[in-house]
Amino acid sequence: MINLDIRKKLFSAQGEFTLDLQLHVDQGEFVTLFGHSGVGKTTLLRCLAGLSEPDSGSIRVQGETWFDHKRIVLPPQQRRVGYMFQDYALFPNMTVRGNLEFARPKGAAHGRVDELIELMALGELQHRKPATLSGGQQQRVALARALASEPRLLLLDEPFSALDQQTRLRLQDEVLRLQRHYGLTTIMVSHDVGEVYRLSQRVLLLEAGKLLQQGSPAEVFGAGQAGGKFSFAGEVLTIEAADVVFAVTLLVGNQIVRVIATADEAARLKPGDRVTLLSKAFNPALVVC
Amino acid sequence: MSYDWQPLLLTFRLAAITTFFLCLIGIPFAWWLAYTRVRFKPILEALVSMPLVLPPSVLGFYLLLAFSPQSGFGHFLEQTIGLKLAFSFEGLVLGSIIFSFPFLVHPVQSGFQNLPASLTEAACTLGKNRWQTFLHVLLPNIKPSLLAGIVLSFAHTVGEFGVVLMIGGNMPGETRVASIAIYDEVESLNYDAANFYALVLFAVSFLLLLVVYWLNKKLLMKVA
Repeated sequence: MINLDIRKKLFSAQGEFTLDLQLHVDQGEFVTLFGHSGVGKTTLLRCLAGLSEPDSGSIRVQGETWFDHKRIVLPPQQRRVGYMFQDYALFPNMTVRGNLEFARPKGAAHGRVDELIELMALGELQHRKPATLSGGQQQRVALARALASEPRLLLLDEPFSALDQQTRLRLQDEVLRLQRHYGLTTIMVSHDVGEVYRLSQRVLLLEAGKLLQQGSPAEVFGAGQAGGKFSFAGEVLTIEAADVVFAVTLLVGNQIVRVIATADEAARLKPGDRVTLLSKAFNPALVVC
Repeated sequence: MSYDWQPLLLTFRLAAITTFFLCLIGIPFAWWLAYTRVRFKPILEALVSMPLVLPPSVLGFYLLLAFSPQSGFGHFLEQTIGLKLAFSFEGLVLGSIIFSFPFLVHPVQSGFQNLPASLTEAACTLGKNRWQTFLHVLLPNIKPSLLAGIVLSFAHTVGEFGVVLMIGGNMPGETRVASIAIYDEVESLNYDAANFYALVLFAVSFLLLLVVYWLNKKLLMKVA
């Protein structure tokens, strides 16, 4: 479906680096670009959508050349890409239905808009302006609008970053359902491990513009490495001395957890550090709550 | 006593025609200026803003020179399309368009620049060309700026004096607009007539600005 091989010079806070990527994506696949901010994830999406231009290389999609250095640059209008922007970019002057209708390609049936309004439960909101909607509702409209343009490829730029945990989970289900429904090849940018696990079949780990590692989320995030161990990503909040050991308070997801650390371990940590919390010494029990 | 309404009508006719042409030229120009990356953009921006700092008499003086049949430009216009610009209403319209240009371009340009780039990009990925994007996405979302630009340029044309005097003179029914008439009446110690024109201009200007601020508040409330 997609064959991409591009290079582009980028400038970040850490200095200059080159986005240098070779990528193949199959029809119907859900791929995630994972990495810190400023490693070129969004730039890659923008190059695919035609909003940015690579310095060199080529992009071919479904046998069609979208970009070929110095020869072909297909304008975004002709690429039929559904792009969901981080800020949603809903048109403030149009109603929810208006936004979807505007996206409908010329000559396409009205049915698709009605179907999307139905699928995404936007019926109640269809005559409201985007500014009167909550973040989660706006996100749904943005997704529906991207799909209303009957895209060949769906690009999601951190689609859930501005939402609270509950809305996030619900919308992730929704994205997955629609992606399957339309069999859409999808590329998502994310730096949330949970999100990547839930949604994608393949994850590409990017660092400073280069592909560091790729595979299924389980392979890349190392769940398979030690076998049967639990690990959670967390952030150190405080470190307090308690008798001979140290009590470290962590933020895991949106829960506060306190664990014991030895003096050695505590010395290596400071508040704000990202850590992985492992448990392998006992069998954790799952309690239904 | 009966007052001569002609200078007032002429003033508002001039302002209306000027504003119409300003919209036609100024809005697309502001759109282009907001997004262009050409190197000489600062030069263009400085030129557009010149009427803000230049004494109107300076601008009027050069326009008069350019419009005069003795100059190449004035001669060319008169010979080819029979357009006489010096001391004529048409000349006033052209002078006013140049003089009021920044009052329309500035608010509209900043209106475009304040819109998130993602709106234009979203329209692009949805297959819309530049014109469709301009008409359906950009223009409707800068209504307060458009309103401010239109009313400011209208009001500024109403209040213009120096340029009109230089290139139009004081011909009743042709170039004798209200601001000139006031000056003329005061010169001949007709304070009553001067007061009449002045009062009408005062009231109209106040009402115009009032409408702008009131509508802006409503527009902003609708967005919020």
